[in-house]
Amino acid sequence: MLNKRLIGAAFGAAALFAAGTADAQAPARQRFDYWYGLTGQLGERMAEHCARFNASQTRFEAVCVGQGGYDRAEQNTIAAYRARQHPTIVQIYDAGTVNFMLSGVTYNAVTFARDFNMNINWADYFPGVASYYATSRGEMWSFPYNSSTAMLYWNRQAFGSIGRTEAPATWEQLERDMRALRAAGHACPMAIDFDIWQFEQLSAIHNQPIATQNNGYSGLNAELLFNRGFLPSHIANMKRWYDEGLMRIQTAQTGKTLVQAFADGSCALTITSIANHGVVGSTAARGMEWGVAMLPVYEGTARQNSLVGGASLWVMQGKSRGEYEAAAAFLDWIATPDEVRWMPSVTGYIPITTPAFNAMTAAGFYRQPQYEGREISIQSLTFTPPSANSRGIRLGNYTSIRSELQSELQAAFTGQKPVQQALDDAVARGNQILRRFEQTMRGRELP
Amino acid sequence: MSGKRVTFNQRWLAGLLILPQLLLIFTFFYWPTGEALFWAFTLEPPFGGEMQWVGWQNFTTVFEDPLFWNSVRRSIVFGVASTAIAMGIGLLLALFVDRQLPGYKGFRFVYFWPYAVAAPAVGLAFRFIFAPDAGFVSAINQWFPNLWNPALDGVDAMILIILANAWSMVAYNFIFFLAGLQSIPRSLIEAGAMDGSGVLRRMRDIQLPLMAPTVFFLIVINITDSFVNAFGIVDITTGGGPARATDLMVFKIFADGFKGKDYSLAAAQSIVLMLLVCALTFVQFRYVERRIHYT
Repeated sequence: MLNKRLIGAAFGAAALFAAGTADAQAPARQRFDYWYGLTGQLGERMAEHCARFNASQTRFEAVCVGQGGYDRAEQNTIAAYRARQHPTIVQIYDAGTVNFMLSGVTYNAVTFARDFNMNINWADYFPGVASYYATSRGEMWSFPYNSSTAMLYWNRQAFGSIGRTEAPATWEQLERDMRALRAAGHACPMAIDFDIWQFEQLSAIHNQPIATQNNGYSGLNAELLFNRGFLPSHIANMKRWYDEGLMRIQTAQTGKTLVQAFADGSCALTITSIANHGVVGSTAARGMEWGVAMLPVYEGTARQNSLVGGASLWVMQGKSRGEYEAAAAFLDWIATPDEVRWMPSVTGYIPITTPAFNAMTAAGFYRQPQYEGREISIQSLTFTPPSANSRGIRLGNYTSIRSELQSELQAAFTGQKPVQQALDDAVARGNQILRRFEQTMRGRELP
Repeated sequence: MSGKRVTFNQRWLAGLLILPQLLLIFTFFYWPTGEALFWAFTLEPPFGGEMQWVGWQNFTTVFEDPLFWNSVRRSIVFGVASTAIAMGIGLLLALFVDRQLPGYKGFRFVYFWPYAVAAPAVGLAFRFIFAPDAGFVSAINQWFPNLWNPALDGVDAMILIILANAWSMVAYNFIFFLAGLQSIPRSLIEAGAMDGSGVLRRMRDIQLPLMAPTVFFLIVINITDSFVNAFGIVDITTGGGPARATDLMVFKIFADGFKGKDYSLAAAQSIVLMLLVCALTFVQFRYVERRIHYT
């Protein structure tokens, strides 16, 4: 009897407790789930952005969950969608755009904005940002969010020691500078790694294609082209400079990434995202003077705009009307001028709309020492209107293609095969990946 | 005697008792394996949708791919080397502790710890310690420039992941070897000692043969473990590089499936990996176990 009573009491208490907590957390606000991929310092900013939204109004609540990396965010969303447990909004990196466009499970941005009466003015986005995420017909299917581009980071003091006051604008000049730095006793004139993004950027600013079919924008039957023209000769140059000790490979495996090697002053030059501007600023060796510049081009090249990198926000299908209203409020809110300005002030990302950039410039944002130079990334992104080669890259399973190219470059730089051979092999394998993707997506077309 | 024999006729009760375990095995082994087998014969977009039956295409793609065979070779080198090192050192440590050398109680306690460390944590520690620029081992490069660089030298990278894996498996082997050694009757060893055989002789002729079942068990476990559990270490330390020098099968499956979103190709490779591990285990049981006498 005692037992029974005890159990009854326990159940009663549990029920009361459950009721109590349910009351306490009664969803007075309409919630929606938002998953982001950024990690570390940038991930904290994402969480902060959500908190700001939740504090800014009382009707809606964003439930934001970091997924531990861009690729994880994509994998987890796929797995979650298959179990119908997916979020309403997800942050997807540039390379994942194709999968989402072809998935048939997204609520495309243009339609979503119309259905939920959003205030987005699509013409405000920088053309380079808009064109990257737009369909071949120019419709935006996702909302641009954190955007960046690649920059040349240079150490002013190191350059001062060789009597130079500007960053090199051409690769020819960069080679002369590296030799001078080396002669002046700098052990590492330039830090490099095998990140393929920089080669995509260089192809864009030299107006060279990565693949046929307008870099894949016009059809899934695209074939890779990076074993011809500009890239083989550029990579052969890099290999030569590397062999001469002018460039050094800096990755997590060697002990320091190129950002760390630049920030602590051991390497005088490197190429990385403008998003790292804040990281370098906060971790640079004490008293180090440095700057950023547009990526160098080869002499005699008409410079094109560089590619936008980063991520955009996708709305997923299959959620309730209430969740969509909350999501629309969030997306509207992050596109307000104040919030577009907030992002660059706490990260290295660029303001993604022309009005916000102009307002920030007028307000003297870029004259503050900690942000100085970041406007050069906008200059680089908007240098020319995007061409077929500098609009973006839209290739199926592109992450795998990048890693094939990366492995082959490692083989070339460690002397296992000549550069041209390595690029030919990477293209052959990359094309197999594209054909498999085309077969898997049979019956679907890029919008 | 008859009538006193205890029989067990309630088959339904037996079934009920093993049901939870069967359910677990079904949910976490047979179901996923069945799903993978099905995927291996189809092509399916990442988000689902129209699934195409493609027959053996995924398998022919896998078998015709020289990089797949590269990953099989690397996995075998990795498995054999890390098993040999982990078992050798585990045995040595167990023999020391069994001989009750000074401080053996403390060692018996701490030697087991590495096994409790998760593989990615092991990988991270080894990456820091063995980083050519900044790690503890970078001193080697001060004396012999470019001798050690796992970021660029495939052999160095392979040595690095073998050491990392062996380090965490030593602990496991140590415990089993120690248990095996302590179950050998002291009288046998004492008899050997009275007949004038030295420490090493007793180890070789008495302790090792009597521990043969343990050795066999550990070989099977170590080989299987190094084939299927190396992912965490590879992912953190080398990422499969440089130039695919450490592209083990498990890592390649992860890269193709989760990074590349090609679930069908990854499924076909996991089926091949499963068959390979089954085959290895079968060979070990068929040809090695016959020479082992259980006491």
